[in-house]
Order: sequence, then C-alpha cells, then structure tokens
Amino acid sequence: MNREGLINASVYLALPVLALAALALDEPFTITLATRAAILALAAVGLNLALGLGGLVSLGHAVFFGLGGYAMGILASHAQSYAPLYDGWFVVEGTKSMPVIWLVAVLSSALAALIIGLLSLRTSGVYFIMITLAFGQMFYYFSISWPAYGGEDGLSIYVRNSFPGLNTLDPIQFFALVFALLSLVLWGMGRIARAPFGLALSAARQNAARVETVGLEPFRLRLVAFVISGAVTGLAGALFADLNRFVSPTMFSWQMSGEFIVFVVLGGIGRLFGPVAGACLFVLLEHTLSGVSEFWLVYVGAILLLVVLFARGGLIGSLAGREVADD
Amino acid sequence: MTTLLLIEQVLNGLQSGIMLFLMAAGLTLIFGVMGLINLAHGSLYMIGAFAAAAVAGATGSFALALMASLAAAAAAGAIVEVTVIRRLYDRDHLDQVLATFALILIFSEGTRWLFGSFPLYLDVPAAFAGPVTLPGGIQYPAYRLLIIAVGLAVAVGLFLLIARTRIGIQIRAGESDREMIGALGVDISRLYTIVFALGAALAGLAGALVGAIQSVQVGMGEPVLILAFVVIVIGGIGSIKGALIGALLVGLTDTLGGVLLPLAFGLFLDPATATSIGSSLASMAIYILMAVVLIYRPTGLYGVAT
Repeated sequence: MNREGLINASVYLALPVLALAALALDEPFTITLATRAAILALAAVGLNLALGLGGLVSLGHAVFFGLGGYAMGILASHAQSYAPLYDGWFVVEGTKSMPVIWLVAVLSSALAALIIGLLSLRTSGVYFIMITLAFGQMFYYFSISWPAYGGEDGLSIYVRNSFPGLNTLDPIQFFALVFALLSLVLWGMGRIARAPFGLALSAARQNAARVETVGLEPFRLRLVAFVISGAVTGLAGALFADLNRFVSPTMFSWQMSGEFIVFVVLGGIGRLFGPVAGACLFVLLEHTLSGVSEFWLVYVGAILLLVVLFARGGLIGSLAGREVADD
Repeated sequence: MTTLLLIEQVLNGLQSGIMLFLMAAGLTLIFGVMGLINLAHGSLYMIGAFAAAAVAGATGSFALALMASLAAAAAAGAIVEVTVIRRLYDRDHLDQVLATFALILIFSEGTRWLFGSFPLYLDVPAAFAGPVTLPGGIQYPAYRLLIIAVGLAVAVGLFLLIARTRIGIQIRAGESDREMIGALGVDISRLYTIVFALGAALAGLAGALVGAIQSVQVGMGEPVLILAFVVIVIGGIGSIKGALIGALLVGLTDTLGGVLLPLAFGLFLDPATATSIGSSLASMAIYILMAVVLIYRPTGLYGVAT
C-alpha cells in the first residue's frame, strides 16, 4: 500500500472509529457529529466528480442538496399529516420510508442537474461559475417565497424516517446507515474514475480539443458527470434533512455551495478521499473553533485563505505529495 | 391608478437597476482587466454602507457619509488587492473563488465583531426626506430620484473616464492585451490596484446609497453581488455598456415582475393563489431572463466569444 493509500484508509476509518469510541463512552452527540461529517462528505464526494474529475466549478451544488432535503421534507410531511401529496386521477401518498425518499431525492436532483447542466454547460469558465450560482439563488428564493412547505421558516419533521430492519432514531444505527451509503458511493466513484468514462472526463478537463478529435463529445461527458454528481449530492441532502429532522431554504443557500467546494479543496481536489478528509476537517474546525469564539468563521476564512495561497493540494495533497494517484 | 402604479414601479426598477450597475461595473472591470472573479465585491458594498452609517452617526452629515463610503471601500479594496488579490491573477478560477469566499467570511464576521449583529440605520438626508410631485401628479420619494441622478452621473463619469482619460486608455488596453501594455512601460501592478480600488469605491458608494433605504447589516452585500453576477452574465463579461443594459433589464424585470405577475395571474386565478404563484415566479424571473439570454447568446448581450 502506498502512502496515499495509507492516508486514505485512515481517513476512511477515522469516522467509524470515532463513532464506535463515542458509543463506548456513551456520548451520542459525538456520534451525531460523525454522522454530520459523513453526510457532508457524501455531498462533497458528489461535487468532486464534477469539480475534481470534470473541472466544472459549480457554485450551485446546494440546489441538489436542497432538493434532496425538500424531497424528504415534502414526502415525510405529507405522511405525517396523512394528507395525500396528489389527489386527482390517481393518489400519491407521502412516505416515511427512507429508500423511497432516497429514490425520489436522487431522481429529482438528477433531473434538476440535467436541466441546469444543459443550460450552463453551454458556457465555461467564469460564466459557468456565475450561472450555477444564479441557478442556486433561483431555487433559494423560490423556496423562500413558496408558502406551501414552510417558506422561509422551513419544515420540521417530528420523527426520523424509517429503514427496514433498523431503528434509525438510535444514533449509531443511523450513522452506520449513512456510512454504508458513503462507502458504497466512494466505491462507485473509484470505479467511475478508472472506467473509460472517468478517464475520458478527466481528459476533457485537461484538453477538451484533443478529446474531441478522438471522437468523444466533452459536452456529453460533462453533462453525464454533472447529473451523477448532482444526484449524489441530492442523496446527501435527503440524509442531512433526516439527520436534523428539519429542512429550510438554508440548504439552498449559496454559502452551502461554497462550503462544498471548500470541503473538496481543503481535503484535496480530484482525490477520491479528498472530500471526506475536507468535510471531516471542516466539521472538526467548526466544532472546536465555535467553542473558542463566536466569530469562528473569521478563523475558518483565514485558514482557507492560507490553504489556497500556500498549501495547494489540500490535506491529502500535502501529506501524500503532489501527484494524484487516482488520476 | 394602474398607470401611476406602473410609472412608480418603473422608477423603482430604474433605481435598483442603477445601483446594480454601480456594483456590476466594478465587477466587470475587474474581470475584464485582471481576469479575476471577485466574490468579495459584496463585502466592499457592505464596508461602504457601514462606513457611511458610522460617519453619519458621528457627524450627522450625509455628504460626509458618502465621502467616507467611497474612501473606506477604496482603501479596503486597495489593501485587499495588494495583500491577497494580487497573488490570484495567475491562478485558476477555482482558487479565485475560494480565496475571495474566504475573504467574505473574514469581512462579514469581522464586521459583526466590530459592529455587532444588529442592523445600523442610515437616515435619508433631511432635504430629500419627503416625496416630490412629478408631472402627472405622481408622488415619488425625492431620495430615490436622487439615487437615480447620482447613479446616472457616476455612470456618465465612468464612461468618460474610460473613453477620454489616460487611465481609461490604459484600462482598455489592459483588457485587450495585458502583456503588451506592460511591455510599453505602463506600471501594471499600479494599474491593477487602481482598477480594483475604483471598482471597490463604486460598490461602496452603492452600499451607502442603498443603505439609507434599507438597513445596514452584515450579509447585505451577497444578494446584491449575485444579482450583479446575473447582470454581467446577461450583459457580457468585461463590457461596461453590457453592464448598464443588463443592470437596467434586471432591475426592471425584478421590480415589475413582483407587481405584474401576481396581477397577471389574478386575471384567471383567485387572489390568494395568484399572489402566491405570482410572487414565487417573480422571484425567479431574472434567472429565467438570464437563462433565455444564455440560450441565444452564451457570452451575453455584449460579450466577446472567448
């Protein structure tokens, strides 16, 4: 096992070890913290496919995170109030079942990613950044001004949704579920990066003209990557909403999108485990610094600035060397 | 009645468009000349507003407050350019986004640290506090007319600065070929600092002017920043003329959409549903406008293909 492999393994194992230690010491809050880190990591792993492999700087991934969150919120709130979601030629009931909610979250964010991707991938560079940001704001303001599901106040769900065979209200069982999903997605992303599709996507980032001359279409590669990326972030959104049992327009906010990029870059862009390391580091910083000062974001800003200016390659990059092993 | 309302809303749209132009002009100049995407532009807007509120609170003079907003934002811009931004010109857009995102965190939380979380209030100067009667019997706040006038004056000044002065020639030359003007002996890094400070001053002025009709608070800059992004995406990045047209389009669409869409839906829906659907759609109207422009002109109305 090479050095990056070792680092990856320790990043990967850090979360379950922390959660199990917290279980042994009977500190459920720490388990929740680990769950939060795992969910944010999942969202960032999704973004990393577009950002790291595809080179698409999307400042609007909160759209998918929020859609996932609202998929959960809307379905669960209808199940909670026993009011059908749609009552016309056929009846659609709400649901409290996680697998169904996940499916809806993934499909709706994939659809949104398809539409946003079709429009914004026509452009590149700064235009792409600004357009994804603008689409994010569009969803944000829509969620604020749409009164049916709480508007600005958001939507509370009283009981966490259920998963067959598990008691999801038990922190460690919910953590295990989230971690299993994260592992599954990481495995899938590892496969994608090595598959012909991932290699072509990576090549399109490095030199789009050459990719075109061998007969591949960068636009289609990027669109597919953007859709998969959005779907994974949407799944994370549904989990995040379930963790807090609350959804609000904040999940759509552009600060959220900015933080996802921060996770990816803080950990190491384009590396499979980079986003995981970044999200864990951010949650750790958030937890320790917010105890130090009310204005802890100043320190986060300063650290981020120093990382961007001086420590390129992020956490895993500076530990494992500049070369990207998975590329 | 409806015509009066319409004229009033058009004036409101004009006013918000002009203020957006002050933000977008700086952003587009900075991008055009230095190739930098600056998320922290909204922070400079906020700094201008806070400086104005602080000075107005201490001296009671609105004119001094405006001067302070220009000076504070320009100074903050120059300092940030020299210490941080300068290192980002050769980096890719991702690094620029991240570093300026970090600057937002520092500026926002730093301001909260200094001034607290409660909004400050900046009073409209007494001479402009009341309404004026326009031809046709429309009552309209004098201060908003003042904003439109100041904004237009600044816009004209900016066009003259860029079209007629030596520094304007250097800016335009910098937009078309950075290396060449360096080779011709223009001090590039000084030019960059000036352009950045100029953009910052415009943002700060907008912050102070708008601060008097809204409240002055942390986080006030970011919504305006994102609207300004929409403006320059519509107008074409790097084009001042595009920024002006885009800003007016966005200002008018946003304001008129909020009034007209609920009315339009009211024609065939009951009032409550019409208001809710209308205002939800109105909040998305400018983004839909942007999407439509992009479908036909991916580089904006006045943008050049890159």
